[in-house]
Amino acid sequence: MRMLILIVTLVALAPFAVYAEDSTWSVSGNLDLQARLFADDAAWAGQASQFGQTSVAAQAEFRWHSESGNQRASIMPFLRWDNTDSERSLTDLREAYWAYEGAEAEVLVGANTVFWGVTESVHLVDIINQTDFAGDLDGEDKLGQPMINVTVQKDWGEVSAFVMPWFRKRTFAGVDGRLRAPLPVDTNRAEFESSAEQEHIDFALRYSHYFGDVDIGVNVFSGTSREARFVHSGDGQSVMPYYDQIDQMGLDLQYTRDTWLWKLEAIARHGYSQTFAAAVGGFEYTIYQISDSAADLGLLLEYQYDGRNELEPLTIADNDVFAGTRLALNDVQDTTVLAGLSYDVNTGETFINIEAERRFGDNWVVELRARAFSGASRGDTTYWLAQDDYMQLQIARHF
Amino acid sequence: MKTSKLTWPLLALVLTAGVFEGARANSDERGFDIAARSDRSDIGFGDSSVELQMVLRNAAGQESTRSLRIATLEKPNESVGDKSLVIFDTPRDIEGTALLSYAKILDPDDQWLYLPALKRVKRISSANKSGPFVGSEFAFEDFTAIELNKFTYTYMRAEACGNLMCDVLERQPRYANSGYTRQMAWVDQVDFQIRKVEFYDRRGDLLKVLELTDYRNYAGVWRAHQLSMSNVQTNKQTELIYGDYKFGAGLSESNFVKGRLARLR
Repeated sequence: MRMLILIVTLVALAPFAVYAEDSTWSVSGNLDLQARLFADDAAWAGQASQFGQTSVAAQAEFRWHSESGNQRASIMPFLRWDNTDSERSLTDLREAYWAYEGAEAEVLVGANTVFWGVTESVHLVDIINQTDFAGDLDGEDKLGQPMINVTVQKDWGEVSAFVMPWFRKRTFAGVDGRLRAPLPVDTNRAEFESSAEQEHIDFALRYSHYFGDVDIGVNVFSGTSREARFVHSGDGQSVMPYYDQIDQMGLDLQYTRDTWLWKLEAIARHGYSQTFAAAVGGFEYTIYQISDSAADLGLLLEYQYDGRNELEPLTIADNDVFAGTRLALNDVQDTTVLAGLSYDVNTGETFINIEAERRFGDNWVVELRARAFSGASRGDTTYWLAQDDYMQLQIARHF
Repeated sequence: MKTSKLTWPLLALVLTAGVFEGARANSDERGFDIAARSDRSDIGFGDSSVELQMVLRNAAGQESTRSLRIATLEKPNESVGDKSLVIFDTPRDIEGTALLSYAKILDPDDQWLYLPALKRVKRISSANKSGPFVGSEFAFEDFTAIELNKFTYTYMRAEACGNLMCDVLERQPRYANSGYTRQMAWVDQVDFQIRKVEFYDRRGDLLKVLELTDYRNYAGVWRAHQLSMSNVQTNKQTELIYGDYKFGAGLSESNFVKGRLARLR
């Protein structure tokens, strides 16, 4: 209810969200209405029986910069209210920081979102922010991460250091929600390897630069794993997420040549039970202006390898081939369609993802997504989701 | 040497061809000189930043507008291209999207795109010279290929252009993947600024006409404040309406690095 009031307040404020030309403050935001339609009945006890699931999300962006431009601040609250799954309702600050920029360095204090990586099908090296998995299972929805971040920019590259004093727990679908295993994840009963629990201080360091046609990023991370293992709770009604301490090295590389983008991401992780490596690599090839139109067609192929054993957090991307295509019409409405398929070479487990997007007028964006799971056998990560194929329509109003 | 009746016309032909060759080389040189004088008229501007509106109009006259900011860092060495940063403010859903370009002369430019929704910086292929820039009638190369040495030039003629007299140059792209076989550029004889450009497609047909108006002088540096690109084949039009330029704001190399794209706002 509190969430609803907040959303309503935000919407009421929206008309005032105009970009003030001469002021150093700017306000913008968006309001999203989302509906999911599932192809099959719910499979597990406790899940709401209806085929539909709707949610409302609102995000506002308050940005400020000083007259000279060397200081800036951002506050970006995000709210989501889901009509069936209370675990999918969320209040978050995706950004809430102040930053000071000197000649060659920047200091940022507060919550922020940071992305690392180059590949499309899986984001292996991206580790700063926790995933809002209840929001979307593609791992691209993130929770704001509290941090002190110092970045030094030299002509030989950029070095960015992160000290993260508070851990964010991953969100998961609740007992009423779809897209979960037979036993829901009880996020309130999360357990940690570190006795400091969420107060464990995590560290990360990244170097990134480019050399001609090659872009490179190298990073190290030491702290609480963003991925959780699941352990059984005593009552047999749910599983508890368990967050281990890990040390991880990551590498991302891209070679850009003509219409080819060659990409590689690799990690080595000292995890719970072992040290293992994982990698994803492939290419994106674009045919520009197909048959003399303005449209571009991208062809993507990536191979995903993951050497972890079954004691480590689950992954779908262990020995899979991803093939995808991206159509960009390059029209006034920025119409794009992305369709992809991940196929497990060992087990035949298949995940299909289609995303289409188009702007209407100046401020409306309609997005359609379809996701399907098939071919999984018992023991595969998506086996439990066999009845959760769904279509999702989202209408967003931007202010 | 005894010459036959046949030899004379042949000799005349060879001589005439030689004269044409010479004239051709002459007009190439003159064409380059005029283009160079125009290109060098803003030498030493250092850096500039400007806000502009991009108005897209389809054949039925329906309009949609994008607002953007462009910052440019001059590289005075003509064998190195300028660095530029384009940031979108509207439409709202792409607010904060930014394109960083390091222009090269004949090699492909280096380009990075920042996608604010994912906070992701992505190196992109710059082979897409002829593709439309954000759905507009401007191609990527119309924005980035304004370096002097990206073209070869031929002087065509002088003719009136509005109230001014213009030198008309033909220029041919020297870089790969251009969508144009040639362009015709009208350069005025007083301020040496480009007033109009015609773009001819890969078939050699007239594709687009660019008109540059509302030139204003900033302490010796001229900038057009209204650019109108009309596609004569589709009847679509894109207008760029510039605000006031700011020069010498002290932008440096460190403002034009990929890592900074995520820290712009």
